[in-house]
Amino acid sequence: MSTTEILFFFLSALALFSASMVLISKNPVHSVLWLVVTFFAISGHYILLNAQFLAIVNIIVYAGAIMVLFLFVIMLMNLNQQNEPQKNLWMKLAGVISGGCFLMVLVSLVRQSLDLKSKVAMTTSGDIGLIKNLGRVLFNDYVVPFEITSVLFLSAMVGAIVMGKKD
Amino acid sequence: MTLLSLDMLLVLEKLVLIVIIVFASLGIALYTTFAERKVAAILQDRPGPERAGPFGLFQPLADGLKLIMKEEIIPNSSNKALFILGPGLAMTAALMTCAVIPWGSTVHLFGREINLQIADINIGILYVFGVVSLGVYGIMIGGWASNNKFSLMAALRGASQAISYELAMGIALIALLMTTNTLSLREIVVQQMAPGHLWNIAYQPLGFLLFFICAMAECNRTPFDLPEAENELNFGYHQEYSSMKLGFYLFSEYINMIMSSAIMASLYFGGFDIPFFDEKVLPQNIAALVGVGALLIKIVIFIFIFMWIRWTIPRFRYDQLMNLGWKSLIPLALANMLATGAWILYFG
Repeated sequence: MSTTEILFFFLSALALFSASMVLISKNPVHSVLWLVVTFFAISGHYILLNAQFLAIVNIIVYAGAIMVLFLFVIMLMNLNQQNEPQKNLWMKLAGVISGGCFLMVLVSLVRQSLDLKSKVAMTTSGDIGLIKNLGRVLFNDYVVPFEITSVLFLSAMVGAIVMGKKD
Repeated sequence: MTLLSLDMLLVLEKLVLIVIIVFASLGIALYTTFAERKVAAILQDRPGPERAGPFGLFQPLADGLKLIMKEEIIPNSSNKALFILGPGLAMTAALMTCAVIPWGSTVHLFGREINLQIADINIGILYVFGVVSLGVYGIMIGGWASNNKFSLMAALRGASQAISYELAMGIALIALLMTTNTLSLREIVVQQMAPGHLWNIAYQPLGFLLFFICAMAECNRTPFDLPEAENELNFGYHQEYSSMKLGFYLFSEYINMIMSSAIMASLYFGGFDIPFFDEKVLPQNIAALVGVGALLIKIVIFIFIFMWIRWTIPRFRYDQLMNLGWKSLIPLALANMLATGAWILYFG
């Protein structure tokens, strides 16, 4: 096994384990922390694909900012396992079965799509994920969608301020 | 000698480098605590620690020994796993920054060119941001796991402060990156060393000022030490901690200070560049060592300024802190970025 393979299997196992721990943990704070671990494992996968910019932005934005805010809210409202609503067993079972069916449909869809057939992931070689190339693509080929996304963020920010000012 | 298609000599070289840099940072941090007490004493016109050893030089060792020997207390109602994880995370995040800082140019040893930097990655400065944004987890987890109202309040304050000032810091940095055109810290330093190119402080004075203020806030240094404001919160987020766990929290603040000084020196003050001197006239190894010395001197100057400010300016009130961050620093940083962009567009 090459180093890349060892890292791939380690990161995949870590991602799956921590993602299931997000669901299994009774304590919401633990769930958030396991989610942070999941983000790290996914960032590791990005680095294996030589997409360094994506990896570090994933950590800065999701693990560093959004999860801190999640943690903030959970700590401020002092949520813990006692006041978590308990659903009945049949509801849980139905959720698991329907979620599993949905996952199967998604996986088979991705596996059969023509774009992905007979394509192999480029590990540690391709340079499309480096910041220079990514910037060029974003500001040449996708400049209109890129700018529209930023307008969307701006309107969300304005909306948050308007809602905060209401009282 | 290769194993798993890795060059084992390279791995060994990097491991040695990591051990040296981590222990050097810890050693410097140890003596920074001593310097802090001495500087405070000088500014307040008193002698400061002077009993242990000549000029009190053994004082940090005595302090460290005291912290290690104290009884380890884990509160009964705390979340035990997270209570232990908190200080560890704070320390890890503080030390991880040192991986991308260029401590010097290359050294020629045993027939190998050794780069005095653990990892020269092309997203270097973003990596620093990632690690800095993780540093807040140490404070938040520790404060929450203590199961103490004061600790929790301090943790929430720390998190909101860190997030607010990270924004201004990032925007101030974007203006610098627009002029350097690279994110690699080594390349930024090498650009500043080139003849005819001034240090970046000459091109980005306002950007540096903003970055410096935000760095101070990220390190939780006075006047931004709201998370440990003892008159309001008893002792802040590490109230329930004792022994070496408390030591880790206190120590990580000093390590953060060293790392942010090193980053500011590299970004704005030429890193391992010696001012008004051409390093190429010296032999390679000596030039590299002198460069490391130059960077260390710059770091020491920055640490002194940090302490000088701490013992001169009183702590902000919480609303003042938020107003400064959101209503002054971020608009200034945005204006600086726009001005830099316009300058590049018309003159660049």
